[in-house]
Amino acid sequence: MSEKSYLEALNLAITEEMRRDEGVMIFGEDVGGVKGGVFGVTKGLAEEFGDQRVFNSPLGESEIAGLAVGLGVMGHHAIAEFQFADYILPAVNQIMSEATKMRYKSAGDWISPIVMRTPYGGGVRGGFYHSQSTEKIFAGQPGLRIVTPSTVYDAKGMLKSAIRSEDPVLFYEHKKLYRSIKDDIPDVDYTVPLDKANVIEHGDDVTVIAYGMMLQFVLNAAEELKDDFSIEVVDLRSLYPIDKDTVLEAIRKTGKVLLVTEDAKEGSVMNNVSAIIAEEALFDLDAPIKILAGPDSPSMPYAKSLEDAFLVNQADVTKSIRELAEF
Amino acid sequence: MSELIIKMPPLGESVTEATVSQWMVKPGDHVKKYDPILEAISDKVVTEIPSNDDGVIEELLVNENDVVPIGTDILKMTTEGAVGSVPVAKVETRTTESQNSPSFKATGRFSPAVLKVAGERNIDLSSVSGTGKDGRITRKDVLNYQPKETPIISSQPAQLASEPVIRSTPVLELNNNDAVTKAGPVRKMIAQNMLKSIHEIPQAWTMIEVDVTGLVKLRNSLKNEFKEQNEFKLSYFPFFVKAVSSALRNNPKLNSSWQNDEIIQHKDINISIAVATDDALFVPVIKHADRLSITGIAAEVSRLANCVKTNTLKGSDNEGGTITVNNTGSFGSIESMGIINYPQAAILQVESIRKELSVLDDDTFGIRNKVNLCLTLDHRILDGLAAGKFLNEVKANLEAIDQNTNIY
Repeated sequence: MSEKSYLEALNLAITEEMRRDEGVMIFGEDVGGVKGGVFGVTKGLAEEFGDQRVFNSPLGESEIAGLAVGLGVMGHHAIAEFQFADYILPAVNQIMSEATKMRYKSAGDWISPIVMRTPYGGGVRGGFYHSQSTEKIFAGQPGLRIVTPSTVYDAKGMLKSAIRSEDPVLFYEHKKLYRSIKDDIPDVDYTVPLDKANVIEHGDDVTVIAYGMMLQFVLNAAEELKDDFSIEVVDLRSLYPIDKDTVLEAIRKTGKVLLVTEDAKEGSVMNNVSAIIAEEALFDLDAPIKILAGPDSPSMPYAKSLEDAFLVNQADVTKSIRELAEF
Repeated sequence: MSELIIKMPPLGESVTEATVSQWMVKPGDHVKKYDPILEAISDKVVTEIPSNDDGVIEELLVNENDVVPIGTDILKMTTEGAVGSVPVAKVETRTTESQNSPSFKATGRFSPAVLKVAGERNIDLSSVSGTGKDGRITRKDVLNYQPKETPIISSQPAQLASEPVIRSTPVLELNNNDAVTKAGPVRKMIAQNMLKSIHEIPQAWTMIEVDVTGLVKLRNSLKNEFKEQNEFKLSYFPFFVKAVSSALRNNPKLNSSWQNDEIIQHKDINISIAVATDDALFVPVIKHADRLSITGIAAEVSRLANCVKTNTLKGSDNEGGTITVNNTGSFGSIESMGIINYPQAAILQVESIRKELSVLDDDTFGIRNKVNLCLTLDHRILDGLAAGKFLNEVKANLEAIDQNTNIY
């Protein structure tokens, strides 16, 4: 065991996989050379694996995704990085029309065993272009898996699983978590399944489902409220498809559910979760499904005061859990 | 602060009226909130009605033995700190708020989860108090609900006779040595149910004799070991309950009831068993007896009998009975005419097992164990033929028991 940050855990996952499989390559804007990415996730990789396997791409997301798709068809477990999740939009066609449907449209002759990593989320004063949660754009496209790790342990284990996946994975990393959470994780090679939500805390008063930065708030709130209420905390992990079984089982334990996302509520991943619960677990509900989410406003503002007002915060989460527990 | 009218609170789903059994307070008494003020009877339970507030009892508005609709004003009291009297209209508006138990305060709505759990556990939500927002009943409240210990009278459907309990005119002159005891609420309920059964149901009677030599041998060979392995004894009775529930599967007509000119054939086989105490008779129910082994039935019989003894029978233990099996043999009876447990279609009396010198199939003599089974049937639903078929199947089931019969 050794203590790693979320970012170091991701770096470790890529390093270990590149050592294990020579076909793994990584590229994106500022990924290569001594810089190793704007956040430093790929730091040291070019030095160890050379610029044939770790390299910079032009500022063109469509090209980054297209290159990954092509390398995938050639049999590489390629890792593409989009510098910010806000920049992913030019790549939508390559992702949705090519990577996602490769296995399906070729009846399994060609596949797309690639990972597309991208940092998302606010709270870093990044303004419009560096703060958004864009996962909802892809959530709901069969053939494409969207996951996000929300703990240090999962950061390493899930990225390794994603790299080994024979089908495309859109891998969202919360940029606020990069350096803000640290944990002791095993030094050995381990993986974490991509399709299973994770029940982190067990309880029978309220079930709270979250991912990303919001999960940290939920865990803090559960700790703060532990003398009054027992809270079931679920890390969603897979944003699409949703792990229905785990979600429903967790709901049935308490009958009360709070869903937390920092994304704007309408059309969010949590709306999908809510629909599943409403459809499958109505008769187990003891309270209306509650979704705590960002405002339905075009994007994360830049000014500190406005960013604070926009983001769901610790107090909001604690208050919502308490209200639901007391309902 | 002012006058408060207490109303007869809801006593359960489908209960529309209740009998005022016994006042526990009189005018002038000081009571605290939740102190019992009245013992009321619906045909499911005897319930103590609590006071809604601290105060002094002013007037009892209904008399003992009155049958009153739910929601009737039953008592007037002055709440603590009252100065003078307050116009009646104002009193009324104040009291509508507090007429119900706190659980109804919230919205009068229950969540799907609450209704589901209450349905599964047969819990009457009007008796559950809510800990949620504004007194809402939460799923956890229902999960944690423990029924109050109230004597429960019978497993009859929730339908209270609107006439007061019938009191017969005395035909014997009282003499000085006679002890007079007022019939308690439980005794009165028994009287009422017996009368209802006799008045409404044309009851016919039949009896068969069964050779239970195999059963007696089996039970005697197992009983000591059984007693050591279990916390209860293996009596003959569970074997009879098992034989009846198996026979009911092929004779569903016996497992039915006559209600409002409709014959309802019940899918579940729930056997009411009569359990007597010194002064009352209870009819708790073995649910789904057809799914239980003989040991399973024995365990249930033992549990229910213990609950009767300790007065801890729950409402659900008394509900849903579809036919009654009565162990009259336990007190030595060899022949009896049961009164049907209304509104069921039949009651079977299991009499004493006795030794008898019999002529066997091969025309030799032998000592056999014999028992009489006496069946009272609702002649509206059943005829002799159906009853005979059923009894013969029960007989066959019992006579098939031998050393190889598995009781587990």
